[in-house]
Amino acid sequence: MSYKMHALVCGGTGCRASSSQGIIAKLRETLETKHLEEEVQVIATGCFGFCEQGPIVKIMPDNTFYTRVTPEDVGEIVNEHVIKGRKVERLLYKDPERRERASDSKHMGFYRKQLRVALRNCGFIDPENIEEYIGRDGYAALAKCLGEMTPEEVVKEIKLSGLRGRGGGGFPTGLKWEFASRYSADQKYVVCNADEGDPGAFMDRSIMEGDPHSVIEAMAICGYSIGATRGLVYIRAEYPLAIQRLKTAIRQAEEYGLLGEGVLGSDFCFSIELRYGAGAFVCGEETALIHSMEGARGEPTMKPPFPAESGYLNRPTNVNNVETFANVPVIITKGANWFNKIGTERSKGTKVFALAGKINNVGLIEVPMGTTLREVIYEIGGGIKNGKKFKAVQTGGPSGGCLTEKHLDVPIDFDNLLASGSMMGSGGMIVMDEDDCMVAVAKFYLDFTVEESCGKCTPCRVGNKRLHEILDKITRGEGEPADIDRLRNLGKVIKDTALCGLGQTSPNPVLSTLDNFLDEYLAHVNKRECPAGRCKELLAYVIDPLLCIGCTLCTRTCPTGAITGNRKEPHRVDAAKCIKCGTCIDKCKFKAISVH
Amino acid sequence: MEKIKTLADLKRIKEKVQAKIDLREKGEQPGELVQVKVAMATCGIAAGSKETMTYFIDHLEENGIRAVVTQTGCMGYCYAEPTVEITKPGKEPIVFGEVTPKRAAEIIEKYLKNDELVEGIIPVNYHTIQENHNHNTNHEL
Amino acid sequence: MEQTISLQIDRRQVEVPRGTSLLDAARGAGIHIPSLCYMNLRDMCISNLPASCRICVVEIEGRRNLAPACSTRCEQGMKVTTTSARVMNAQKTVLELILSDHPTDCLVCPKSGNCDLQEMAARLKIREIPFRGEQSSHVRETTPSILRDMNKCIYCRRCETMCNKVQTVGALAAVNRGFSATIAPAFERPLADSECTYCGQCVAVCPVGALTENDHTNRLLEDLANPNKTVIVQTAPAVRAALGEEFALPPGASVTGKMVAALRALGFNKVFDTDFAADLTIMEEGSELLDRLSRFLAGDKTVALPILTSCCPAWVNFFEHYFPDMLDIPSSARSPQQMFGAIAKTWWARQIGVERKDLVVVSIMPCLAKKYECARDEFAVDGDPDVNYSLSTRELAGLIKRANIDFNTLPDEDFDHPMGESTGAGVIFGASGGVMEAALRTAYELYTGKKLEDVNFESVRGLQGIKKATVALNDFQLKIGIAHGLGNARALLEEIREGKSEYHAIEIMACPGGCIGGGGQPLHHGNSERLKARAKALYSEDQGKTRRKSHDNPYIAQLYEEFLGKPLGEKAHHLLHTSYFDKGKDIREQ
Repeated sequence: MSYKMHALVCGGTGCRASSSQGIIAKLRETLETKHLEEEVQVIATGCFGFCEQGPIVKIMPDNTFYTRVTPEDVGEIVNEHVIKGRKVERLLYKDPERRERASDSKHMGFYRKQLRVALRNCGFIDPENIEEYIGRDGYAALAKCLGEMTPEEVVKEIKLSGLRGRGGGGFPTGLKWEFASRYSADQKYVVCNADEGDPGAFMDRSIMEGDPHSVIEAMAICGYSIGATRGLVYIRAEYPLAIQRLKTAIRQAEEYGLLGEGVLGSDFCFSIELRYGAGAFVCGEETALIHSMEGARGEPTMKPPFPAESGYLNRPTNVNNVETFANVPVIITKGANWFNKIGTERSKGTKVFALAGKINNVGLIEVPMGTTLREVIYEIGGGIKNGKKFKAVQTGGPSGGCLTEKHLDVPIDFDNLLASGSMMGSGGMIVMDEDDCMVAVAKFYLDFTVEESCGKCTPCRVGNKRLHEILDKITRGEGEPADIDRLRNLGKVIKDTALCGLGQTSPNPVLSTLDNFLDEYLAHVNKRECPAGRCKELLAYVIDPLLCIGCTLCTRTCPTGAITGNRKEPHRVDAAKCIKCGTCIDKCKFKAISVH
Repeated sequence: MEKIKTLADLKRIKEKVQAKIDLREKGEQPGELVQVKVAMATCGIAAGSKETMTYFIDHLEENGIRAVVTQTGCMGYCYAEPTVEITKPGKEPIVFGEVTPKRAAEIIEKYLKNDELVEGIIPVNYHTIQENHNHNTNHEL
Repeated sequence: MEQTISLQIDRRQVEVPRGTSLLDAARGAGIHIPSLCYMNLRDMCISNLPASCRICVVEIEGRRNLAPACSTRCEQGMKVTTTSARVMNAQKTVLELILSDHPTDCLVCPKSGNCDLQEMAARLKIREIPFRGEQSSHVRETTPSILRDMNKCIYCRRCETMCNKVQTVGALAAVNRGFSATIAPAFERPLADSECTYCGQCVAVCPVGALTENDHTNRLLEDLANPNKTVIVQTAPAVRAALGEEFALPPGASVTGKMVAALRALGFNKVFDTDFAADLTIMEEGSELLDRLSRFLAGDKTVALPILTSCCPAWVNFFEHYFPDMLDIPSSARSPQQMFGAIAKTWWARQIGVERKDLVVVSIMPCLAKKYECARDEFAVDGDPDVNYSLSTRELAGLIKRANIDFNTLPDEDFDHPMGESTGAGVIFGASGGVMEAALRTAYELYTGKKLEDVNFESVRGLQGIKKATVALNDFQLKIGIAHGLGNARALLEEIREGKSEYHAIEIMACPGGCIGGGGQPLHHGNSERLKARAKALYSEDQGKTRRKSHDNPYIAQLYEEFLGKPLGEKAHHLLHTSYFDKGKDIREQ
């Protein structure tokens, strides 16, 4: 008996939070009462990426993409779609620009430009079923390596593919493997860096939740190629679902003889254990990560020695990020030459981005390297929310730079982003519109790095703090012209002297906004104005005496008693008392109060 | 669970699962496959479209034809149920009327395998939602 | 691989052995790159290399960022610039950042004039601090030995390295992160409630005023000014080998005579020598060794061996914290400082007819743990401590300067009798291996009844972390071990705990190098040559003595004859021995 229809329900963290489990239960129950349980298979998959519109239910084979489904919608889906073959139109995705509904994912702008390599199985297979992974050519790459390739050939293939580290650094993965393979020791380690710390980034989590076996298979391939028999996944404890899926996957792989002693009948042994991080951003840096795994304070140390020479427990260690690993099995099965045809000259393959901010289609996307920011923002992202004007896009997580209109047609790759004053990072992409104050944005990101600095080196510990303080001063309208030079010099020195990647990149938001939005800084400093109207301290609430009729409504609603005036006479705002909460503006029926 | 010891073991599992996943994989690449849409409204079901659909699902693969078999709503040709719309890659859709399993076999043999036309083709006179969207004619306000 | 590599530093071609750091290569070529957090006591394999202060950054051709010279290895063909505008601006900015979170109270800081940060600010000509902002605010803490003012901490991590890696005490480590990061005991509990042994090695390496000694100078000045008090002083052996450094004399200058003269000039009623008590310690500890040995050789299985020395108060604190299951192993002999106090306030006080309450015994020690030891309850009679308080070598130097004494022109003077007389064996107590060597000189003669012709036991001297030797006592091969630095001590202790120890007797000193490297000594500023020179000074003073065996000290003989009876006798047991406590209990139960 084979199923005629598959109902794929997103089982990622985001959709689960909005009751996708309830949808699954309801689907199964409804199908059963209609005696359709043998016709329609219900599968909990990993993330589809289109989290903005979750929970997602996808009906196959007709590729119908239902968005924002609730358990209450299940009856209609079964009655209409499953039984009568009629799509439930109100649940189809509605294009915000063209304001029309798309019948299936092939016709959605969000997916049209995407090329899913690392995310190939996310939203497609049941991540808790190893056989579904095998059905998608899973573990074929490992079998190919063990059966047909020498470890050197595997390294060579990865080198040839041009794959570069997806965790932020962009270091050539094959080269890293080659270094690790050169050192001999009684024990070597393969470490998967799953300490995803960028706020808003969740590509690694999605891969681990949606396709855990791809990471496991890649780690085993890496182990084979560098001569390591032990793998460790350093995963943040805040990822319970990813942890559970990984554990399940490891257990299944062991049961199937794909991990453990004598993998796939060969004499290669490989085991994988999990290590939990407490979500410190700096532990994404590989030396800090290794120290944290050793039980020491999670702070970076100088390289060299690189982990390839002396890493976990002073043994040769190869650390790669989740997304990097997820690319490996495909490269082996389809060949380096397939992979290196995707992308740009020096950045091969695809990259997953977490699209967020003032953009219509918030979610997880994967595009070939070389796709432009414009394509990502306007075609995949569906443009700016509420028809506002695009102002900047911040790439690379909290320590990336802010790029502007003039960068929109830059093909995205490691080197181009760096040359534009930002970076790839782990793939955060936050879009800002005309209402965002760029000084406040820079301060916001510094907030994060100041909080997450381990404090080890002076530039990061004190320097970032001082950067933040100067930015704070400027947003409060207390900046002085010399502060601009101070920011610039300090930012450059921090970049130049900080010990690890965190500090070396943390001034990027400041430096890039200084480069691209200097006029906004100058307005704050020289005119005590915030052009975007964001910096509260620089705003003044003013009552227009011509429009105010003295109804006293505002005086009665002002929480601080900042508005005074006699009945039927124009009122006044006492700037010293006003906390700029906006209550009076909301209440005034005569639009007499405005912000300057 | 028996451990996977050889590549052949792995392939065996793959093939076993492949059939299950195939449905999804086909859905991901509709343009490259034959699309068979069986009208499955009350009229169609009453006329035996369920058997027709099952027949297509079971026999297309046997004949080496990669196809997506889906159900669809009433196409409006109730006089000719069961109706089936077939789209070969790169070709216009063709609607066949009164497709019993026996006629289905004929369609597979003649139209799908040998590209010969079969009797009982109904001229198309409607648009699907999807096509409407593509032609930007159904704007919602 | 080629063993030497050549590179270019500031247009100068430099050849160095492979593995050399840029900082060393540059300094070797006379280019003195500034550094703050870096510290390297080469002879003892102690290094602090966090590469965290970022003062020593240099420009390397082809690299995107500046590189810290301290932790960047030289590479063939490297082109390095240490003085470009970019480098100098970075160094200055980094220093300004450090200073922006540092109290500018240099005028009243205990480290003023001896502070690496102050020196660096002067060197880089810092004239203003362009960054104003939040200042760290940590609680200041006073312990019997050490003062902590972490607002002055520059986070160089030297103290952490000493406390954790070298001493394996684990009292001080980095806590919190970002701007709040600081060095503190776990859970930021007070140091006094931690595993701290008061060894003072953190103080010895602190480049700023964050860790300093608990200064007792003012107490001393009050007592000296009190006509009703008889104030006497004892000076530890290591003090004389280092005090001169505070007066710009070369390291290793022995200033025993000038020190005695200075102490007399300060107004002490008597100037005595802890070396006298060191000889006494040998009598007691040596006898205890022989007692345990002979019982052991007679087949007594219950006797605790190896016997461990117990002169070092930080070491005593260490085993009380970490090896409470082995409290019966160390010798029960008190430290020389405490033996001195006990004898001074009994035998000597009676001799000169002074009441105990009117007698103030002060010690000058190379050590900060001695301050704590003075305050231990066991070493007081009715609340009156045997040694009232202890001053470090540094405090003494400061006091001499305050007292308008021109130290370098003082004539040499001799210690007072009877407790100023000592043998060469007492003098070498100040260097690692010295106590064991002194004990061997006496034990050999007492055990064999033969005269020891060559009193020099070279194999127990030197800066090697763990030293071992075998000495033939007739046909018995006595195996001895020596460890300095508590990390090395821990290694020997773990062996004993596991039943794998091969030794009969072990000497342990908490500080690297022994007392000459103590936490109260003039700061070595990361230069281990100073420690070597100090040890050399002690051994040459020993060499110059006519009496070099403790049991040859005539006043010691007199003391036993008149007062104590015999070693390990009842009176000696009462006055010269002690017992130990499980100190780790409170922390373990927390």
